Amino acid sequence: MESHYLTVHELEELLRAGETTSLEITEAMFRRIDAVEERVHSYINLMKERALEAAEASDRRRRDDAALGPLDGVPIALKDLLCTTGTPTTCGSRFLERFVPPYDATAVAKLRAAGAVILGKTNMDEFAMGSSTETSYFGVTRNPWDLERVPGGSSGGSASAVAAGECAASLGSDTGGSIRQPAAFCGIVGLKPTYGRVSRYGLVAFASSLDQIGPLARDVEDCAILLSVIAGHDERDSTSFPAPVPDYRDCVGRSIKGWTVGIPREYFIEGIDPAVTAAVDRAVSVMKDLGAECREISLPHTRYGIAAYYVIAPAEASSNLARYDGIRYGFRSPGERELLDLYRNTRAAAFGSEVKRRIMIGTYALSSGYYEAYYKKASQIRTLMKRDFDKAFASCDVILAPTTPTPPFKLGEKTDDPLQMYLSDVFAAPANLAGIPGISLPCGFTADGLPLGVQLLAGYFEEGKLIQAAAALEKALFTEQRRPAL
Amino acid sequence: MEYEPVIGLEVHAQLKTNTKIFCGCSTAFGAPPNTHTCPVCLGMPGVLPVLNRTVVEYAVKMALATHCTINHVSEWARKNYFYPDLPKGYQISQYDRPLAERGYVDLDINEEGKRVNITRIHMEEDAGKLIHDESAPVSYVDLNRAGVPLIEIVSEPDMRSPEEGAAYLRRLHEILVYLEICDGNMEEGNFRCDANVSLRPKGEPAFGTRTELKNMNSFRNVQRALEYEIRRQQYVLESGGTVIQETRLWDDARGTTLPMRGKEEAHDYRYFPDPDLVPVTVADEWIDEIRRTLPELPREKRERFIREYEIPAYDAGVLTASRAIADYYEQVATRCGKPKAASNWVMGDILGHIKEDKVEMEDCPITAADLGNLVRLIDDGTISGKMAKDVFEEMWSSGEKPETVIKKRGLVQITDAGALEAVVDEVIAANPAQVEQFRGGKEKVFGFFVGQVMKKTKGQASPGLVNEILKRKLSGS
Repeated sequence: MESHYLTVHELEELLRAGETTSLEITEAMFRRIDAVEERVHSYINLMKERALEAAEASDRRRRDDAALGPLDGVPIALKDLLCTTGTPTTCGSRFLERFVPPYDATAVAKLRAAGAVILGKTNMDEFAMGSSTETSYFGVTRNPWDLERVPGGSSGGSASAVAAGECAASLGSDTGGSIRQPAAFCGIVGLKPTYGRVSRYGLVAFASSLDQIGPLARDVEDCAILLSVIAGHDERDSTSFPAPVPDYRDCVGRSIKGWTVGIPREYFIEGIDPAVTAAVDRAVSVMKDLGAECREISLPHTRYGIAAYYVIAPAEASSNLARYDGIRYGFRSPGERELLDLYRNTRAAAFGSEVKRRIMIGTYALSSGYYEAYYKKASQIRTLMKRDFDKAFASCDVILAPTTPTPPFKLGEKTDDPLQMYLSDVFAAPANLAGIPGISLPCGFTADGLPLGVQLLAGYFEEGKLIQAAAALEKALFTEQRRPAL
Repeated sequence: MEYEPVIGLEVHAQLKTNTKIFCGCSTAFGAPPNTHTCPVCLGMPGVLPVLNRTVVEYAVKMALATHCTINHVSEWARKNYFYPDLPKGYQISQYDRPLAERGYVDLDINEEGKRVNITRIHMEEDAGKLIHDESAPVSYVDLNRAGVPLIEIVSEPDMRSPEEGAAYLRRLHEILVYLEICDGNMEEGNFRCDANVSLRPKGEPAFGTRTELKNMNSFRNVQRALEYEIRRQQYVLESGGTVIQETRLWDDARGTTLPMRGKEEAHDYRYFPDPDLVPVTVADEWIDEIRRTLPELPREKRERFIREYEIPAYDAGVLTASRAIADYYEQVATRCGKPKAASNWVMGDILGHIKEDKVEMEDCPITAADLGNLVRLIDDGTISGKMAKDVFEEMWSSGEKPETVIKKRGLVQITDAGALEAVVDEVIAANPAQVEQFRGGKEKVFGFFVGQVMKKTKGQASPGLVNEILKRKLSGS
């Protein structure tokens, strides 16, 4: 049985019906990983032994009629910035190459408690800083649809692993589009929850006020299943929200007739690829067919989003990454005699150039004399963008927009032009700045067979609405089952 | 030209909560290095701080005790700098919106008193510490202290002399200890002080250039450092120079202040709001609740003691030096009904023994009730003051009640006038020469008779009664 392209809910059914075992599925996954990993490179570290043990334990529960829920026995991959006991958590950085956390991230602990089988840790841009997974210390990840192209980033490995059938679903993190953009590039579904919906404890911080953990999966229902497991208040994260967690799966399969869908005119800018515009147009017409009213809206401060994002995120990062000083754990430049040399040489050797660039930008933005002009101003823009969305959601149920301005670009195409690279997050970052949830789902292919994505946004803690609309759209959009030719 | 010093102080007080400010680790002092640590206070990747509510409660107590306005919403900020004792590369502190602002304390340093205004009180986490082995040379990092809660109390530049500075510090210290929110031990570093000092020509409204003094680990050193720095700045100004704005370290051994190296000082802390923590909200109801738990503060207590017990200001000062002493004294005074006598016993005998035996007031072997009873036994004439001293000694060493000691030693005073008269008669009859001397005007001989009577009664005669009878009989009536 070729189980590696099955969805989580399909696997769940097979497992429940006793038609397969978790061990069988897990072993098949590792065979698939062996077959394609050399070309795709989704993973930094695999956890085979522990995964097989977890699969066997799941099968025992299944036999004892004590299965833990829809994820029990399902193989999942984790972006390598989610802390896992017993396995390195590298963040794609030389600094943490051998760092083994003594704790599981809360989201990981919840997955384990739900019986999920964790296959390994996926590749990512170093410390999540990038939009192509090209800044990883451990080499690039390739897009399964076209190995000359990037899978997007920073959760590129989590997206390519789902797309290449190297896991059933995965977790990533989204600071300025890092789940939704790679999901779009890899032709899968990626959901960024509301800020505070999922605990950040054990998520290695890039920009603390923007980071959120979320699922990447083959369909909307799978995202709903994963989100229901990982969401919820956590005593160890003061910014996690103490609202009850509904079973988001209940929102799948419901009509959106009569809903209002906002189409923000500021998202259709010059330079946007015509294939992307065509895909969004198609989604709009499908929404209308579903009985939703599509209405043009304005989010007037959108054009400041990327600028504000590239001040706030580096500012927070410059502080968050200060702990990597070579004193307590991680890489240390050997043989240093002076403290300043130890700091300088450790950080010079252990961080890649994109991380250094952002630390410098962030340090500058927070410096005395510049704080008001940069960090403070960016925070004010952020408030204005929140208001834009508040206003929009007063009259819309969801907003529909492109996820990215272009289809996946070529490896190396933007590595020498950081500004071009940053612009690939132009449609994704506003949701992070405002803190609202967003989902990207596949919306067809370019003429060259590259996947295209469309994005839905909803108001605070309206993941239910988001999933309801996305599932309806997904179902109505579905035309043909395509798989990457690997 | 006559110069006037302008002094402002920044005090860091460790709050004595059981656990650290952002994690569950113990705050106990003196544990083996790095045993009171966890991923959170070690600054490991991905961990997050969670605020200890007791820290806010304690900080609010101090804010109320110093008449500050408490901000209903205050904000955490990161202070960014690199140092090996700072695990995250930043200290979580408060910057733009501190917990409390605009308070004051009153000092009793001269006739009219002195009010020092407090700019702000904010909460923050302590750093760890480095242990340098110069011989290796190698430095070790101990992070037990990292994350221990602190409050920083910043004064306005209101003090005009080292004495005022020292008095202000003592006042803050006294309040913190009274509130039982800080151990106040300067040597262990749980009460620390930095000073800003400048000089200006007397009468000039503008401030001069200030220096910041650090590394003063006792009240005495704060005063000495201020005195030195004022003299130094005066010398600089009088010899036509200018004071440079800099941080200077107090060198206790040399008795001077020395500039910190420029490199260590050139910090831009890049403060910004900490995104990992939500703002601290303190509702009026909670403030009121905390206010109700505030104990009487030392200054108010002193005034009440003077008023209520009619004891001298000096006594009131000694007796309110700590809450334990004050509570003890009040119980003794109430029990015996003789506040001044109670004060003498507590200040002299109790505090003397406490100091001598190096015990804590809380561990005093004589209960306040027993001491009160002892004073009462003197007052009602059961025993003499002199006997009481012996009884006290035994109470101190055995912990027994005064009645028990008196009974055991058969120390009851002879207060039977008839019996004493017989003894007095005997003594007078046996010493005619001394009687003659006394009646001839040599009144000093009176003491001889008292001594004789006491000797015959083995010291148990009531001294008052003996005096009375002797006077009457010797004057020949």
